[in-house]
Amino acid sequence: MTAAASPATLVARDLAAAVAAGTASARTLAADALARAAAHADLNAFVTLHATPEAACEGSAARGPLAGVPVAVKDNIATTSLSTSCGSRILEGYVSPFDATAVARLRAAGATIVGKANMDEFAMGSSTEHSAFGPVRNPAAPGRVPGGSSGGSAAVVAAGIVPISLGSETGGSVRQPAAFCGITGVKPTYGRVSRYGLVAFASSLDHVGVFGRTVDDAALGLSVIAGVDPRDATSADVAVDDWRAHAGTERLDGTVVGVPREYFPASLDPAMRASCDEAIERLRALGATVREVSLPHTDYAIPVYYILAPAEASSNLARFDGVRYGMRAPADDLRGMYETTRSRGFGAEVTRRILLGTYVLSKGHYDAYYRTAQAVRRRITADFTRVFADGVHVLFTPTTPTPAFEFGAKSAPLEMYLSDIFTATANLAGVPAMSLPIGRVGGLPAGGQLLAAHFREADMFRVAYALERAYGPEVRA
Amino acid sequence: MSTPVAAPADVTAGFEMVVGLEVHVQLKTRSKAFDGASADYGAPPNANVEPLCLALPGTLPVLNARAVELAVRAALALGCTVHGTSIFARKHYFYPDLPKGYQISQHDRPLATEGRLAIGAHADGTPAVVGITRVHMEEDAGKSVHDRYAGFTAVDLNRCGVPLIEIVSEPDMRSPEEAGAYLRTLKQLLEYLEVSDCNMEEGSLRVDANVSARRPGAPLGTKCEVKNMNSFSGVERALAAEFRRQCAILAAGGSVQQQTLLWDAGKGEVRPARTKEGSSDYRYFPEPDLPPLVITAGQLDAYRAALPELPAARKARYAAMGLGDYDVQELTADPATGPWFERLAAAHGDAKAAANWTLGEVRATLKEHGGALDAFPVAPERLARLLDLVRDGAVSVTAARKVYARLLESPADEPRALAEREGLLQVRDDDSLARWVDEVLAENPAEAQRFLGGERKLQGVLVGLVMKKSQGRADPKKVNQLLGAKVSA
Repeated sequence: MTAAASPATLVARDLAAAVAAGTASARTLAADALARAAAHADLNAFVTLHATPEAACEGSAARGPLAGVPVAVKDNIATTSLSTSCGSRILEGYVSPFDATAVARLRAAGATIVGKANMDEFAMGSSTEHSAFGPVRNPAAPGRVPGGSSGGSAAVVAAGIVPISLGSETGGSVRQPAAFCGITGVKPTYGRVSRYGLVAFASSLDHVGVFGRTVDDAALGLSVIAGVDPRDATSADVAVDDWRAHAGTERLDGTVVGVPREYFPASLDPAMRASCDEAIERLRALGATVREVSLPHTDYAIPVYYILAPAEASSNLARFDGVRYGMRAPADDLRGMYETTRSRGFGAEVTRRILLGTYVLSKGHYDAYYRTAQAVRRRITADFTRVFADGVHVLFTPTTPTPAFEFGAKSAPLEMYLSDIFTATANLAGVPAMSLPIGRVGGLPAGGQLLAAHFREADMFRVAYALERAYGPEVRA
Repeated sequence: MSTPVAAPADVTAGFEMVVGLEVHVQLKTRSKAFDGASADYGAPPNANVEPLCLALPGTLPVLNARAVELAVRAALALGCTVHGTSIFARKHYFYPDLPKGYQISQHDRPLATEGRLAIGAHADGTPAVVGITRVHMEEDAGKSVHDRYAGFTAVDLNRCGVPLIEIVSEPDMRSPEEAGAYLRTLKQLLEYLEVSDCNMEEGSLRVDANVSARRPGAPLGTKCEVKNMNSFSGVERALAAEFRRQCAILAAGGSVQQQTLLWDAGKGEVRPARTKEGSSDYRYFPEPDLPPLVITAGQLDAYRAALPELPAARKARYAAMGLGDYDVQELTADPATGPWFERLAAAHGDAKAAANWTLGEVRATLKEHGGALDAFPVAPERLARLLDLVRDGAVSVTAARKVYARLLESPADEPRALAEREGLLQVRDDDSLARWVDEVLAENPAEAQRFLGGERKLQGVLVGLVMKKSQGRADPKKVNQLLGAKVSA
């Protein structure tokens, strides 16, 4: 099945069909994927890889919608077979005694986990430059970052090593790297996929997401991991629709696409605007009604996000204290052990956010920061609710303000934070969103974002299938 | 700070003690508050630990529904308003026995507020009612053991994550005795509700006391928190000691510094607690891993309907049965005695006799042999047959004790059969009794003559002799009648 080694034909749906038909085996597909991973070692996209295809296949079901399909899993999603280090020294070599629910469901669907994808430490970053295990390169844009924090997961799919990977999102960490790498990345509704086994960054914003080269592979991957989970009290008991039933959608007559003006500021890169205009024209040509709408609280998303996410992070990362697992720095007393372990174990960006979060939760600051941010967050959510209640099926926006930037280009934290300006809103509101390729800007992949109402992933996928079809396969990385 | 243990006794004169109590109660659930680990007490260290208790990366809490039910039950029985929506919050501090770095608790939106508990009467005879500020749910921390391994602190996480409720009272108590009455009443209530084992030694009930001193009628004084009491009497002693300490300071013109103190039961004094790192700011915020706890009106009705009979209602019912104060108090002291007594009383018919037996022979047996009343080998319905025999005069009270002893050995046997087998049934037929009377008169001619000659005081001696001859089986009433008839004949 070496034909499948060509990235252009590396489609999960086809691989699973070949395994079901007996023309390919999980072992050989895993071996091919491991060989491709070795060939692309320069990407630094994996933190760990299985040593043998047999090890990768262990624990996976023989049959299922992803039978034999090799996948990569972001390094902050727990797996029993490889370490889960979150791109951090403090968890280097840590092996979880349990699989994340998303991983268990992948395995039960027949997928094989070939390796753990590199990431910004604890998912804090937008470039995958902040990994303790070195930066990841963008296979679609040499010399540029793959985006982040799920940069490794995006790169391994863009490079054709695996057709599907799992990423995670707190403010856009799937959609932004998908856009930078020229592939599809989906963040479902909050509660659609269990967070059990996803190492928490900011619990109320964290999502497990899926990368695929095609919309259909992303839908396939998401359909396998979606659904209520008794281990996650915030997972939602909402029926999972058959999103793939929309594959082959040719027309969008009757579909209302909202274009929120706040996502097209005057400062937007003109080439990016032109790419989006082309996508909007294509949507019109497919029969969709395009309507300009307003989400007036959009501008507050980044400030709100950078209060709430660090606040929750400062709490979630308190457990990394050197007492029970992970790194422990020697010290004379308990306090010294805490301080040294955490100072040495966490990188600069993680430390910055823990300090920020500790500050905003402190006595005397809580009302001004956390409580206010929560109130604004409700308004951001209400913006979406109102627009979708008003007859809009999906929203279309650029995924990012610019295409992939060069390594070191965003050395000021605030500049880096602004990469998430169009994506953080969906995490704050919990609505489903995805990025898919809409051509190139200055020779670099550009991503268009679709957003839908809570639990209306079906609307989003329907439009995505039609738009992807309109562009044709050459738009991908 | 020095503790004036030898303060003169009258240093408290003119001051009033004001006490509020915070009681932590472990809920009686099989598993922990947020995962499936066993909540049993007494397992080897760190045996009852699941990934969540260790705060392994990627774990999430899932609320134990049984814990909610027990917490609501307690709140309802304390007359609280149970809120339809309450919010879990994270309370942060770093300590090795708190693996997550935060405790899941409730902060500004607790489960229940504004209740009350009647604890008897104040010294002046007016009814004493203690206000309940709030009841909230939280999880326990693990246990740090500092004195087991030299130079190391050992951590046992068995207790970590066990569900608790914290019951916070208003500062409504005015003496150590009232605090003791509150605690005993609360414990009794919680035991009736089957909410907790309330065992202070095992830590399933813990008390922190806030105490201040003031001149009567003056505003509340500065309070100090006293911890580390391991019995109710310890609480009372600690309160008295702390009150004396504060009064001595105030009487000398000083001012009390707000602080946390530890009770040293051995020395009978309080000393300042080591301050916990970062305890000044817990950085509470709503727990994002748990949705708000919603209790619908329907659920609340169901919980209310499922409340068992509470001590006050049971006491009133027993008093209405004609039982005296002592019996009522003793029969209701724990939740198990009442139902057993009631089965006995129902099967026998005489509540007073049933109370006497329950609090007499049966309790003595339990005291001697141990065990719980609900596992008592003799069914109350069977014991009732023995009480019947006594009432009907078929066995004497003395003989009944012997039958009872046999019954304990073979609880499946009928008391009448046992009494027969042992020859303990009273002999009441006139022929046998008359024969014994005649024999006794014949064997004791001198006494017989004097008795028959009118010396009536000898009747008791003769009855005794008949009883002896009958080996205790003769019905003394009948023997008396027969002897009396001899004289008047």
